[in-house]
Amino acid sequence: MAAKTLTIDGKQISAEENETVLQAATEAGIKIPTLCHLEGVYDVGACRLCIVEIAGTPKLLPACTTKVAEGMEVKTDSERLRKYRRMILELLFAERNHVCAVCVSNGHCELQALAYSLGMEHVRYDYTFPKWSVDTTHRLFGMDHNRCVLCTRCVRVCWHIEGAGTKNVSGRGAKSKIITDLNQSWGTSDSCTECGKCVMACPTGALFQKGSTVGEMERDRDKLEFIVTAREKKQWIAD
Amino acid sequence: MATVWLGGCAGCHMSFLDLDEFLIELADAVDLVYSPVVDVKDYPENVDLCLIEGAVCNEDNLEILHKIRARTKVLVSFGDCAVTGNVPAMRNQLGIDNAENVLQRAYIENAQNNPAVPKADGIVPQLLENVRPVHEMVYVEYFLPGCPPPAARIKSLVAQLLAGAVPKQEGEQLKFG
Amino acid sequence: MIYHDLIAIKEKELAARKKIVLRCCLAAGCMSSDAKGVKEQLAKAVAEAGLQDQVEVRGVGCMKLCCEGPLVAADPQNALYVKVTAANAPSIVAALNGGQANAAQTNPDAAFFKKQFSIVLANSGVVDPERIEGYIAADGYQALHEVLHEMTPKDVVEAMVKSGLRGRGGAGFPTGLKWGTVAKSPSAKKYVICNADEGDPGAFMDRSVLESDPHSVLEGMAIAAYAVGADQGFIYCRAEYPLAIARLNLAIKQAKTLGLLGAGIFESPFNFNIDIRIGAGAFVCGEETALMASVEGKRGTPRPRPPFPAESGLFGCPTLLNNVETFANVPAIYRKGAEWFAGIGTEKSKGTKVFALAGKIKNTGLIEVPMGTPLRTIVEEMGGGAPDGGTIKAVQTGGPSGGCIPSQHLDTPVDYESLGKLGSIMGSGGMIVMDQTTNMVEIARFFMEFCMDESCGKCIPCRAGTVQMHHILDKIANRQATARDLAKLEELCDMVRNTSLCGLGQTAPNPTMSTLRFFRNEYEALLQPDPFGPHSNGAAKQPELATK
Repeated sequence: MAAKTLTIDGKQISAEENETVLQAATEAGIKIPTLCHLEGVYDVGACRLCIVEIAGTPKLLPACTTKVAEGMEVKTDSERLRKYRRMILELLFAERNHVCAVCVSNGHCELQALAYSLGMEHVRYDYTFPKWSVDTTHRLFGMDHNRCVLCTRCVRVCWHIEGAGTKNVSGRGAKSKIITDLNQSWGTSDSCTECGKCVMACPTGALFQKGSTVGEMERDRDKLEFIVTAREKKQWIAD
Repeated sequence: MATVWLGGCAGCHMSFLDLDEFLIELADAVDLVYSPVVDVKDYPENVDLCLIEGAVCNEDNLEILHKIRARTKVLVSFGDCAVTGNVPAMRNQLGIDNAENVLQRAYIENAQNNPAVPKADGIVPQLLENVRPVHEMVYVEYFLPGCPPPAARIKSLVAQLLAGAVPKQEGEQLKFG
Repeated sequence: MIYHDLIAIKEKELAARKKIVLRCCLAAGCMSSDAKGVKEQLAKAVAEAGLQDQVEVRGVGCMKLCCEGPLVAADPQNALYVKVTAANAPSIVAALNGGQANAAQTNPDAAFFKKQFSIVLANSGVVDPERIEGYIAADGYQALHEVLHEMTPKDVVEAMVKSGLRGRGGAGFPTGLKWGTVAKSPSAKKYVICNADEGDPGAFMDRSVLESDPHSVLEGMAIAAYAVGADQGFIYCRAEYPLAIARLNLAIKQAKTLGLLGAGIFESPFNFNIDIRIGAGAFVCGEETALMASVEGKRGTPRPRPPFPAESGLFGCPTLLNNVETFANVPAIYRKGAEWFAGIGTEKSKGTKVFALAGKIKNTGLIEVPMGTPLRTIVEEMGGGAPDGGTIKAVQTGGPSGGCIPSQHLDTPVDYESLGKLGSIMGSGGMIVMDQTTNMVEIARFFMEFCMDESCGKCIPCRAGTVQMHHILDKIANRQATARDLAKLEELCDMVRNTSLCGLGQTAPNPTMSTLRFFRNEYEALLQPDPFGPHSNGAAKQPELATK
């Protein structure tokens, strides 16, 4: 496999062909904010937080789906990128009902952490306060659509790691919703194997283990990566 | 300096009182001209700094907020309710009749004695149709998130303001919840 | 089928031509006003008058002046009857014998018709779209024959490059370059897709082409497939176009029967099949990657590019995607030559463009004009200007992805670059004319609502950004917004345009940005004072605090 040499934030690095800019940056110790990205499943480039500037390209490109190229010059941080990323987060917070103070994921939430690390001290857009339901019909897990950011991490782990295909997306635009099977309550699902990978994958408090209260919902995402590495590379490496 | 308590649980003011010995420093630097802990009825003119706790829930909140904006140089949204609406704003999700519904729930369905929605014109303010964060109603200069914001965070912001600096808060100092 | 057979069909068809032809429009617009009944009555009147041997009553595609439908034309009398009804249709037949027609007529030599230059619409309103013989009589499928027997795929691509044709779907990507890229992608399996998911409000060019001349699209696709090395084509058509789908199905069946589609076309080694895929009418499925996902049977959402479809498209194979009008241009380019085509239009925009003229304008309908025609010629001379003595305020092109061009720029030539400079786009051909009564903030709000409803919801800037932009436009229109809101709107426009995943989101701010550019005063007139804004009237810097 041929190696590619590129520059990320002024730092010369080499990366394997077919690696993404995000992988190359991570290996070089450069942190790019992500939300829909999850180690172990393929990327969809949906959240747009990992957008980077690439010299010679007028468009901003998501680091998670852009492949490295020889001589590529990448900027992962600029005034403009910071501004856009912050705005994306503001839009997310205004879109549904993210009430950190009473959320099961308070303190362990990727959305919350992104907000403070990117300097979002308030949301300038009017909150929409939509009415979303909470599905607690499953024996072990619950789904609170108020906290959902539609990153589809749960959908991807369900289809591509577990292979159950229980989770999916229905509707479009702001009315998009993560559904179970044929848009039915989770407890009535025939396909759900109760593996809990979706709960492990969720970046916010949308998917949770029943019985957890404020701040108690912690997730072990390494398990997902472990399963995928074991399956694809036949390497059983646990930290 | 002033502090005000709109639709919130007073937790932010409790955290303010947690400033401990900084309160003494603060008392040397400022006059506290209006606050839940000060016995002043009317919000005075020419206030330099006001920390606002709580979301805008009722007509009374809105009225004093307008007065505060007109009479204050620098407003700080103090805590998650002021910054985001937080728990008080959860009633907004219930839709158009949310105010009516929460009153029913609180004063009729859950009442053990004398179920009745309190109503006294001029004394009990009417709930607004929706609860809004402070900055959606008036311009706010600075934000102090947290439920409640820890005392250290309050101290950092107030100290910077007193020093005449544009306050800088970073990382976990900005954490909601 | 060999060349001789094709010519035999053409000659037989021409020999059977009757002296007089009554062409009756049977496209969707006229059909909605009982054109079918008109045609039946015409045929009945011809039979009753015993004129069957002299008069042919032919159902044809769109005759362009849609606002006056149903339309009936009489050849060679050069008469064009408008708003014909089943009741007065027989009088048109009577008029052929010197009687008096009591159906209204319009001048077929008026500017609306005379200024048109037909390539794509050459057969529209002339041939019967339901009979392949009619298309063959108009020299149809001759280009395909020539391409298969006289040219290598490389020649075909080169000729396309030389013609200068650019994609008619909106963005104007050079068609020859696209064909060349797909042709060069190494793969045993490749696809050709025709994008017939026309979704812009007010646009009906592609629908009319499919209803009026489906074979030109099929022939264009077959030539493209030969050029790039594909053996399977798909036409992705929205379910809202049932007549177009029916005529396409019929056309495919006829072409297969004659061996013009299928295995060994014109007894060459070239095989090509076309299937139709019906979309459920989501606007985003007009975006190429979403369209391909939908053809594959998946949720119609776009994915990041690269990889471009030319490298990895449908089912991971190299795929050529062009829209209806682009394919409809193809047969003429090979029949008449790339040089001929390149001689039409402007330096960078070759050929013609079809527009669906709608809105506050006298003559609503379809027009095809050479690239570079000034907007003024289109809306004032051909369109007849605003109705009821109104004045034209702006012309909107490009639908929800385009912009409003104010009347002071009406002398702008219609080509990709000139429209782009004015903050609009050529788009697929929707052209909505606005008069002095049009509120531009409302226009921006309308298009933003459209984009908000049609956002697929995959990426955050488009999904949530359109909601917030629409909310602010709503506040402005309802006189509840301040200058601070307007600033937020502009900031959001910039952000959504630069960070969205696909073209829908990237262009969703365009109508707002273009109305802000040319009609900012209309926004500002609606803004409210900001009594609770920043202390001391908007001073952004921190006010000095008094210290004790």
